Amino acid sequence: MEDLTFDFIIARYNYWLVITLMMTGFYVVVSRGNLIKKIVGLNLFQTSVFMLYISAGKIIGGTAPIFTDNPDEVYSNPLPHVLILTAIVVGVATTALGLALIIRIKETFGSIEEDELLKIEHDYDTTGKMPTAEGRP
Amino acid sequence: MLEQLTHHLPALQTVIPLIAAPLCMLFGSRHIAWTITLIASLATFVISCVLLAQVIDGSVISYHLGGWEPPLGIEYRIDAFNAFVLLIVSGIGALIPFYAPASIKSEIPKSLHSYFYTAYLLCLTGLLGVTVTGDAFNVFVFLEVSSLSTYALVAMGAKKDPRALTSAFNYLVMGTIGATFFVLGLGLLYILTGTLNMVDLADKILLLEDNRTLNVAFAFILVGLGLKIAMFPMHLWLPNAYAYAPSAVTAFLAATATKVAIYTLLRFLFTVFSFDYPFEVQTLEWVVLPLAIMAMFAASIVAIFQTNLKRLLAYSSIAQVGYMLLGVTFLSKTGVTATIIHLFNHAVTKGGLFMAVGALVLRYGSPNIEDLRGAGRQMPWTMAAFVAGGLSLIGVPLTAGFISKWYLISAAFEANHWVPAILIVASSLLAVIYVWRVVEAAYLQEPANPTRQIKEAPPMMLISTWVLIGASFYFGIDASFTTHAASAGADMLLGSVDNSAHIILEPSHSLIPHVTPHGQE
Amino acid sequence: MPLTHETAIALALIIPFAGMILIGLSDRNSIVRDIISVLTSLLLFSVTFWLLREVEAGAVPELILFDVMPGLSMAFKIEPLGMLFGVVASGLWIVTALYAIGYMRGNKEAHQTRFYMCFALAISASMGIAFASNMFTLFIFYEVLTLSTYPLVAHKQNADAKKGARTYLSILIGTSIGFQLLAIIWTWVATGTLDFVHGGILSGHLDDSFAPVLLALYAFGIGKAALMPFHRWLPAAMVAPTPVSALLHAVAVVKAGVFTMLKVGVYIFGIDYLSLTGASDWLMWLAAASILIASIVAMTKDNLKARLAYSTVSQLSYITLAMALASSLGVMGGAMHIPMHAMGKITLFMCAGAIYVATHKTNISQMRGLGRTMPFTYAAFLIGSLSIIGLPPFGGAWSKWYILLAAADTGQLIMIGVLMVSSLLNVAYLLPVVAQGFFLPNPDDLSEPAAKGSISTRIKEAPLLVVLPPCLTAIGCFLLFFYAQEIYNLLAPVAFGPETATAVLGGSPS
Repeated sequence: MEDLTFDFIIARYNYWLVITLMMTGFYVVVSRGNLIKKIVGLNLFQTSVFMLYISAGKIIGGTAPIFTDNPDEVYSNPLPHVLILTAIVVGVATTALGLALIIRIKETFGSIEEDELLKIEHDYDTTGKMPTAEGRP
Repeated sequence: MLEQLTHHLPALQTVIPLIAAPLCMLFGSRHIAWTITLIASLATFVISCVLLAQVIDGSVISYHLGGWEPPLGIEYRIDAFNAFVLLIVSGIGALIPFYAPASIKSEIPKSLHSYFYTAYLLCLTGLLGVTVTGDAFNVFVFLEVSSLSTYALVAMGAKKDPRALTSAFNYLVMGTIGATFFVLGLGLLYILTGTLNMVDLADKILLLEDNRTLNVAFAFILVGLGLKIAMFPMHLWLPNAYAYAPSAVTAFLAATATKVAIYTLLRFLFTVFSFDYPFEVQTLEWVVLPLAIMAMFAASIVAIFQTNLKRLLAYSSIAQVGYMLLGVTFLSKTGVTATIIHLFNHAVTKGGLFMAVGALVLRYGSPNIEDLRGAGRQMPWTMAAFVAGGLSLIGVPLTAGFISKWYLISAAFEANHWVPAILIVASSLLAVIYVWRVVEAAYLQEPANPTRQIKEAPPMMLISTWVLIGASFYFGIDASFTTHAASAGADMLLGSVDNSAHIILEPSHSLIPHVTPHGQE
Repeated sequence: MPLTHETAIALALIIPFAGMILIGLSDRNSIVRDIISVLTSLLLFSVTFWLLREVEAGAVPELILFDVMPGLSMAFKIEPLGMLFGVVASGLWIVTALYAIGYMRGNKEAHQTRFYMCFALAISASMGIAFASNMFTLFIFYEVLTLSTYPLVAHKQNADAKKGARTYLSILIGTSIGFQLLAIIWTWVATGTLDFVHGGILSGHLDDSFAPVLLALYAFGIGKAALMPFHRWLPAAMVAPTPVSALLHAVAVVKAGVFTMLKVGVYIFGIDYLSLTGASDWLMWLAAASILIASIVAMTKDNLKARLAYSTVSQLSYITLAMALASSLGVMGGAMHIPMHAMGKITLFMCAGAIYVATHKTNISQMRGLGRTMPFTYAAFLIGSLSIIGLPPFGGAWSKWYILLAAADTGQLIMIGVLMVSSLLNVAYLLPVVAQGFFLPNPDDLSEPAAKGSISTRIKEAPLLVVLPPCLTAIGCFLLFFYAQEIYNLLAPVAFGPETATAVLGGSPS
């Protein structure tokens, strides 16, 4: 294992970016009470992983992975890109479903703030009644 | 023609429900949707039976999707272990169409029924796909197919209880974090080895000596799957999701979703990694073993204090997951066999139990134990099914649960793990308490509302419940099939059989023969 | 059609089970239901009696049903000990079936069909226990017996019954899953077999220092043997209707417990292995303590059934003690105590039930002078008591005699003392009931003679179906004294090994 020199750290800047992005996203998911913000955090979180894959497939000086006659041609690995395309589709679907759920939650509970939702659910547990959406500010 | 078809069975396993799903939506009529679902799920069940029959002797079917050779192409790889899991999933899946119509009638608005079937079929596709595939990234994709449809299915319980929406949302957040961790781990593996085919990964991992990136990848995969499994303490999404989802969904998820996630974990623990990998052994002994034991106790104790029957069973599921993980940590063939047996037995038992509870909820309109008093007399058949399932949960002889416990404790003794052996029985006694609370309420207490006329559950629901409960008795009385299949599966996982004896379907006519993916730099 | 051994064993298991289903079907017609219940018991007894004859002739009936798991089969094989237990349980079922009809009708109990169904199922399970050929099969039926008796204990469905039933279930399931299952799986992992083999299977497979631990798991795991401190379920189970207490909690369930204990001692550990390793020494002391403490507790109980329950706890420990002495005579005495105590205790319980049906009294202090109004019941009670105490000419004398011999044989003088003291305690808690009944005046007559009118309007005996059975079993106690030789001959192979069996029978049976 190499020493942790400055060069070593700088040369792996893509990983540092990935880690920063990931932790930002994770922090947002955990700390924000607003459901929309949670979804945004989740998106950041997922995106960091996309970046990890894509940066891993990149070869400095490589061309696009298109079949040519030149046998010495260096090209970037296309597979991670393909994989991440799939992952992006999954991510979009997740976001869409999350947002759809938020709309339904807003319609039903009249709020998308987690602490308020918890309170409403608690009331529902004890009284068995759901406050109507109109009744809330 | 028929031969052609049998060649493609592994692919058809996922393709049939995948195609059936949009059809349900396009036709829009709930009756047609139901018919399509029924046909599709029965077809997958038949296919999985055929597949299991082919591989139970220890051979392996390797199917190359689209004719692309592994490791580059996606391989569907079927051995005794995943054929067995396929059977569980598709078997339960085939029962759901019989159970669902009566159950969802009161829980989901009629206009959404065709969507329900669509989501259900997609979920089935995902679960079967996860099980059948031999490609690690493909696992992620199918896992998300099943998870996304699960979130939607859970949210459909909103008509009955609006909390289904928030629990679906929480499940979505937790599940996505889990999936992202998992795919991150896969990414690291890919960077290390340049391959995503499980068998190929295994070969290449063996060459890596003590490697920190590998350990990180392993940890991410374990945590990611741990979230999907509801491994203690990452189980927080589960009780609410199970409690507020429509009953048919709960029964299906409880019986299959966590089981498939455990299957995936085993696949990674044994096929991709192995006991030769010291970090895995340490993690299992020092992290998973204590967590499994904590799950067995903490979740069982919480279950005792639940007032909502569905939540009670949900916590019991978390405890049962503890048993399954415990089996793995004994690091022996008996232990893995015990895990696989319990995987099967618990799927059957818990599916039956949740179906019985679904019937109770349908008639009483509430899953609270308080409201179910006197159910033993008003719905004798349903309640008898619940008691029978409860006995299996406790592990009373002649039920499937007993066989699981037997193997689990044998494995503990063989591994000289005395303390876990004692703890296993101690936690089964906790199961006695939470099951008996319900039994007492149902049989020994007067009905909450004696004037109210309660009918027995609709026959279709009752029959499907009893099919599963009957199975849990059958496999407790004659366990030769489960033990045989599970030990074949364990042999396969631990590599003690020569799995070079492949049946390769789909001869290769690959277009790009010699491209190996580049690693980084 | 000639009866083969296989079909006979199968019949012994199926008859009560079929009886249960028929009883369930005849829910509407209570007369038919009661007749079925009695007929089933007669049929079952004739089958077991036929088997008994075969076993006495030296046959070893066997029935292998199927493999549950590889190497673990559901199989039955009748050896003398199991035969004895089978005959006792099925024989006394006839008496109890008659008694139950009188009792349940006399008390106008609810849910009678459920009661008879569970009863039949419990007998079926007892037969399974008696005839099991391996520990695995025995354990399965052991648990079936626990579960099938739970509804019987909870029969009255009031708060008391629920509390009692909860204690009952939690202790029995708790010990059996918590200890016994562990012990069985440990045995299985250590030896690779669970078959009952004379001389034991553990010898050579288990580190000697672990033998006492394994024995402890078995001894406490067999909660039905009511070894202290896991005896609480037995008094708790007394909330059940008296026929249940009589047959199940004096005969089937508790005897299944001590029977299992003997089986474990003789066929899993082996008497020689036990005495060689001294694994059972501690058990002997615990059993002795259990005998004395339970007897003393029994004296403090005013509720008749509770007193009898503690008496049962103490008497069961005789059998455990006999096994723990680890000598052939001990096994003989312990095994013999199964029928002797069963006959005596069922008499006592049925008498208690008869008193309850006739007067609705449960406490001994209220029963003064009843002997004069219920002379048959009290006479039966006296005979039962004498048999339990161990006086000749009643059956109980023999079993105590052999246990004493075993204690003397192994040089356990203190145990001889314990047995003596315990007999005195038996006298002290059983005979006052009879004495009060016969010699003290009835308080009802004293306090309100005017209201009661003349002496002729005193309470009479309970209905015939309730009084007759205890009288029959009382006669049985008497007869057992004279038939002890037969039991001895039957049990000889168990106690002294199969070789002596041929000697006793005078030549090899072919």
